[in-house]
Amino acid sequence: MTARITRPEVEHVARLARLALTDAEIDALTGELGAILDHAAGVAALDTADVPPTAHPVPLVNVLRADEPRPGLPRDEVLGEAPAAQDGRFMVPRILGEAP
Amino acid sequence: MSEYEMVIGLEVHCELATASKLFCGCPNAFGDEPNTNVCPVCLGLPGSLPVLNERAVEYALRVAEALGLDVPAESVFSRKNYFYPDMPKNYQTSQYDMPITENGALDVDGVRIGVTRAHLEEDTGKTMHMGGAGRIHGADYSLVDYNRAGVPLLEIVSEPDIRGAEQAKRYVEELRATLLAIGVSDVKMEEGSLRVDANVSVRPLGSAELGTRCEIKNLNSLRSLVRAIEHEADRQWELVAAGDRVVQETRHWDEERGRTIAGRSKEEAHDYRYFPEPDLVPVAPTEEMRAAVRATMPELPAARRRRYAAEWGIREDDARVLVDVPGLGAYAEEAVAALTGGATAKDVVNWVRQDVLAFINETDASPAELSAPMLAELAGMVAAGTISRNQGKDVLDESLREQKWPRDIVEDRGLAQVSDEAALAEVVDRVLAATDGFVEEFRAADDKARKKKRGFIMGRLMQELKGQGNAQVLNRLLDERLG
Amino acid sequence: MSPAAPAAEIASAVRSGRRSARDVLEEHLDRIDAREGDVHAFNLVLADEARAAADAVDAAGDKGPLAGVPVAVKDNLCTRGVPTTCSSRILDGWKPPYDATVIERLRAAGAVIVGKTNLDEFAMGSSTENSAFGPTRNPHDLGRVPGGSSGGSAAAVAAGFAPLALGSDTGGSIRQPAALCGVVGVKPTYGTVSRYGLIAFASSLDQIGPFAAGVDDAALLLETIWGHDRADSTSIAAPRPALGGGGDVRGLRVGLIAEMLDGEGVDPAVRAAVEGAAAALEHAGATVDRVSLPSTQFGISAYYLIAPAEASSNLARYDGVRYGMRAEAPDVAQMNAATRDTGFGPEVKRRIMLGTYALSAGYYDAYYGQAQRVRTLIIRDFDRAYDDFDVLLSPTSPTVAFELGAKTADPLSMYLCDVCTVPVNLTGQCAMSVPFGRSEGLPIGVQVVAPVLGEPVMFRVARAIEEAAP
Repeated sequence: MTARITRPEVEHVARLARLALTDAEIDALTGELGAILDHAAGVAALDTADVPPTAHPVPLVNVLRADEPRPGLPRDEVLGEAPAAQDGRFMVPRILGEAP
Repeated sequence: MSEYEMVIGLEVHCELATASKLFCGCPNAFGDEPNTNVCPVCLGLPGSLPVLNERAVEYALRVAEALGLDVPAESVFSRKNYFYPDMPKNYQTSQYDMPITENGALDVDGVRIGVTRAHLEEDTGKTMHMGGAGRIHGADYSLVDYNRAGVPLLEIVSEPDIRGAEQAKRYVEELRATLLAIGVSDVKMEEGSLRVDANVSVRPLGSAELGTRCEIKNLNSLRSLVRAIEHEADRQWELVAAGDRVVQETRHWDEERGRTIAGRSKEEAHDYRYFPEPDLVPVAPTEEMRAAVRATMPELPAARRRRYAAEWGIREDDARVLVDVPGLGAYAEEAVAALTGGATAKDVVNWVRQDVLAFINETDASPAELSAPMLAELAGMVAAGTISRNQGKDVLDESLREQKWPRDIVEDRGLAQVSDEAALAEVVDRVLAATDGFVEEFRAADDKARKKKRGFIMGRLMQELKGQGNAQVLNRLLDERLG
Repeated sequence: MSPAAPAAEIASAVRSGRRSARDVLEEHLDRIDAREGDVHAFNLVLADEARAAADAVDAAGDKGPLAGVPVAVKDNLCTRGVPTTCSSRILDGWKPPYDATVIERLRAAGAVIVGKTNLDEFAMGSSTENSAFGPTRNPHDLGRVPGGSSGGSAAAVAAGFAPLALGSDTGGSIRQPAALCGVVGVKPTYGTVSRYGLIAFASSLDQIGPFAAGVDDAALLLETIWGHDRADSTSIAAPRPALGGGGDVRGLRVGLIAEMLDGEGVDPAVRAAVEGAAAALEHAGATVDRVSLPSTQFGISAYYLIAPAEASSNLARYDGVRYGMRAEAPDVAQMNAATRDTGFGPEVKRRIMLGTYALSAGYYDAYYGQAQRVRTLIIRDFDRAYDDFDVLLSPTSPTVAFELGAKTADPLSMYLCDVCTVPVNLTGQCAMSVPFGRSEGLPIGVQVVAPVLGEPVMFRVARAIEEAAP
């Protein structure tokens, strides 16, 4: 597994991450990420065939909450922080794609 | 076009009827003022954390029980990462490789349709597109309401076992009736508490390989579901038959134009980068939880239909509407229990399926608001001949609208049929006598002419009796006299 | 030498009426006035709010265990109605509509929140140079970094601006700045302090913890914020730990983590300090031996896959739609992308990119998935060590405070500052840094590591080290 990352891969990842990187940023990141991934290559090479992953440091299960409604935040507090709002809703510029 | 077979899998999203949202205590309510049922958690404000609603877990286990789904020892929530303005965190907390239930089935008209899995996930907010006739394309800007963000959904995925648009509709109807019966959702497609996406592919008849499939979205009614599937299957087969490829894509059903349209998403194929949700811990359903669910499982639709058919002597198919319309079955059962005299359960069912159902559809009334004993009385009066069937329809209508007892209505309107034989015989004899030669002409006529004459004399009798003659008795009296 | 416990003393004096909370506060505000211009520990000094809070404490009957004690809190902790920025432009000016649970507990205990401290943007960094509002400087040498990411909180305590501070630790962000600033910093066992209201960096690693000048004060603050919270599903219901009880270490078995002590980047003076602390513990009746934890060598690599992966998802919500900064653009996707490119600094973008890549299709198993398995290996190494030892010892930071700008050109060199601290976050156990000596005037910190819920024994050992410190 090559650890080096290519420029097109960086561009693709930037799209996934919704970051409008400049050309200079893409160049810099291609180098930096490559170096970091090189370092991480040691991990990738380890034999962990029978080792289960740890997703949680605490072995808790079934943390549940009773189904009891309680009032939410006052709307003006919520919309007060919005960059743009109209008619009690958050306003955004046009959406070009459908939701997946 | 019958040399191809369509292969359909359905993804049904069902809003669970919990009191609060999946991960926070905000009310799970439809139709409130925008952004009034929101809090730091469902808005995804920085620093907020989710806590799982126990009733949503219970409801998922109920569905597992009803659909014969396995419940693995441990299930995990995962983040589905993508950007969209109706998503407060730009990831949806859902389930991926370890869903809460899997491997079940639904019996649809005797055919076993596999259910791959049912998993929990949170709903998104709602966007309104402004400035372009309300559609997303051509809009100037959009407005977002997060009231619905965080509402619990159960995503129920079928195996691609469905083979026709009608069967797809039946699957949804059966699933809907089941979800309603076990009380986990109000399953109203028109309100969005039941949403259906269809995965459609085609293949030559007899082929075992699956063709490329397209996902069809924006199916807002069962009628749309049927039309869209039929259209899409045709579209795909035309391509295949012409030697072209079906492109795997998401398509949207355009109800007005009657066709599916390729999505215009600017994203490349989505890479959701699923990983286990670090802010939640696994759910390990205990035997206790499952037993509690089993103990409160109600009668499922299929069983209920069979019972009505067996107890009341009706067809299972006719029993369907009694099971599908909330409360209608209970109403019918109560009416049947209140019957006295000669009316049968079958009579009740007929009244319910025709007149009562029509009334409900017209007025949006709920069967729970109607009086079953009043229906029982009405059925009894018609069966006894006190009023005719036609009169019965009128009386029932008034009874339903005004909540009045049928016998009161009949009395007020003076509708009681004359059924007394002696009185009727007197009228028959009088009318026959007054109609010169009728009897001889009748006896001399052929079948066709007899029918006409019969109708004529009946009309004269009803006129005489102001429409209140008991037709059965009159017919018998005529039979006796006309030979 | 046992430093005074200024927080405990203040609380006692205010409760008994010997001093007013207001007086205490004004004294600290004066110190802030005098030196904050040089140190820049704070993003926001809350003078008016603090005065009102102090007055309320003075008027109250039951004043609480932290009565009148000024506390500085890291600016990634939500404070209701008060700007919380994570030292990022993307949240500049945002006011949360709620308090973090730890903030609620501080207020309920009578503490006086004196300001929001500077941090590396979104807690990503080891020097506080990644702040969008300029770096914090080490009070011991203004040309040097205070460490990070909780550099502002560490500096606030070191400069005497407040006797107590709260920070957050994901890969060492409390312990490392504590070491560089010569104060005590604690990362508690994962799950013992509620994360509700802590603006998330890496959810399975983040923990909030105390800074103080001395071990006893750190214990006092930890006891106040400790405990189960229903709003945090990863919160554990651990009973209040017994953190008092002095520094009796007789019979305790102390393990020196070989890989961390012998690592090639470790400053000889730092190594000497750790060995000195170990010797002091031996002198006080403990047994000391070396222990090898081979998997910890992969700690940095695993950490720099797991933490950015979780961060890339946690930071997706910053998109200009609901709060914070918004860059204008003709459609929402462009708006999101422009907002994020302008609003996030280079380190944050670097980690988001790294994390997104590590989770992306085709790479999940090799990177994120593999890192989670390495995490298991590290847990097993520590578990094995705890069969033979009660606590473990290591340097906190391989070096003393470095100069501003010394490591900013090479991100990887900055990441290697965390080599002694990240394994602890990966395992969820507790660890703390205790000052022990100096090198050319700059503080050195020794790290004490204990098993999950091992806070009582960890504090005991820390006290003994503190008592023996030169």
